[in-house]
Amino acid sequence: MKPYNFDYYRPDTVDEALSLLAEGGDDMQVIAGGQSLMAMLNLRVAMTDALIDISRLAALSYCCEIDGCLEVGAAVTQGELLSYPGLAEIQPLLAKALPNVGHFQTRNRGTVCGSLAHADPSSELPLCLALLGGEVVLRSAKGERRLRAAEFQTGMMETARRPDELIVAARFPLAVPVAGYSFAEVTRRRGDFAIVGLAGMAHNGHLRLGVGGMAGMPAVREWRLKPDQCDEVLNAFAWDMEGVDDIHATAPYRRQIVRRLGRKVLEEAWHAQTR
Amino acid sequence: MLKLGKAGRHEVKFTLNGRPVSGWASARMLLSDFLRQELGETGTHVGCEHGVCGACTVRIESRAVRSCLYLAVQADGMTIETVEGLAGDDGKLNALQRAFRKHHALQCGYCTPGILMSLTDLFHRMPNPSRVQIEDVVGGHICRCTGYAGIMAAALEVAGQPQQ
Repeated sequence: MKPYNFDYYRPDTVDEALSLLAEGGDDMQVIAGGQSLMAMLNLRVAMTDALIDISRLAALSYCCEIDGCLEVGAAVTQGELLSYPGLAEIQPLLAKALPNVGHFQTRNRGTVCGSLAHADPSSELPLCLALLGGEVVLRSAKGERRLRAAEFQTGMMETARRPDELIVAARFPLAVPVAGYSFAEVTRRRGDFAIVGLAGMAHNGHLRLGVGGMAGMPAVREWRLKPDQCDEVLNAFAWDMEGVDDIHATAPYRRQIVRRLGRKVLEEAWHAQTR
Repeated sequence: MLKLGKAGRHEVKFTLNGRPVSGWASARMLLSDFLRQELGETGTHVGCEHGVCGACTVRIESRAVRSCLYLAVQADGMTIETVEGLAGDDGKLNALQRAFRKHHALQCGYCTPGILMSLTDLFHRMPNPSRVQIEDVVGGHICRCTGYAGIMAAALEVAGQPQQ
């Protein structure tokens, strides 16, 4: 299938992109890697009057450690972040989760911030941002604001981004020293959309679990327990999220993944702690 | 700033397999269609057109990407390699292509150009990838003929890894 017609803009600066969004953001879509958007345009499940291509903006193509966070610019691909020097020490959760994002070929083009903007309920990067309590940096012609992950993603493929705003960066908190991190997901085949994805963190006697694919957006809980004491709280968490029935899996199966794989993910995070 | 309206066409120029090429593309024209229809380079195959099957994979700035999820206008000024560029000027197959033939890594051949370009990216980054690394890359392609055994055997041979 081919996309409907649209106008194409390739701004040379972030300010030019912001002016375009200020004028007509309601009818425009920002494209960076396009690994979700282009597929949706080709299938005509998404339509837009215009595309604003930010993939070549050098000002958005950076990763840096700042204010205790790894800040990732909006033009940085998932593959580039995965090969960021020392990522496994700087933020082990990203190093563990990123190989599960799409395929090698889509990670070469798909961006980190694009994945957050797309806000697919089963997507790995929104789950990581939610578990870590990271932020999304939004800029418009009027100014800049930062939203925490829980404020940014408002539902299934819905975010708090206003039509005149551009996501310029995401901020993933750096690893807490001695904390343990883990990631796992269930897919039909490697590289497919996750049926359920789980991210774990263990720190200072606390266990934190993030779950994607159960509801419209990732859910995060934290307990002051050891992994072998978690069966009851995992069961309660699974029932609270309920889970959806769809062509890929039933809700009871999804809840069972949370109980079983949730426990394993928490154990892995627990043992990954360095004392 | 480049502005291209719905009715407009843009002259897209890039380097294809070491040669400068150009053609005209509307805003919505996919790179896969541009290669095949504007440039007549039909080695790149079009399968699902939504980024799942991998048949249309080409290398842009050395990286293997889906040309169906890439607009022709985005390719302006880039360096692009397709399956046509793998064999030497004398038509002699390269080592990866010879291994594909030897191990019967293709049958109908529809998925083959994409897989060759993905593996070319992998071998460009690391000459001796592990089985797991090869599987990760081949996992981004759908082949309905071979059951992947021949593809893995060919890639493992080029990687200098044991077949088992």
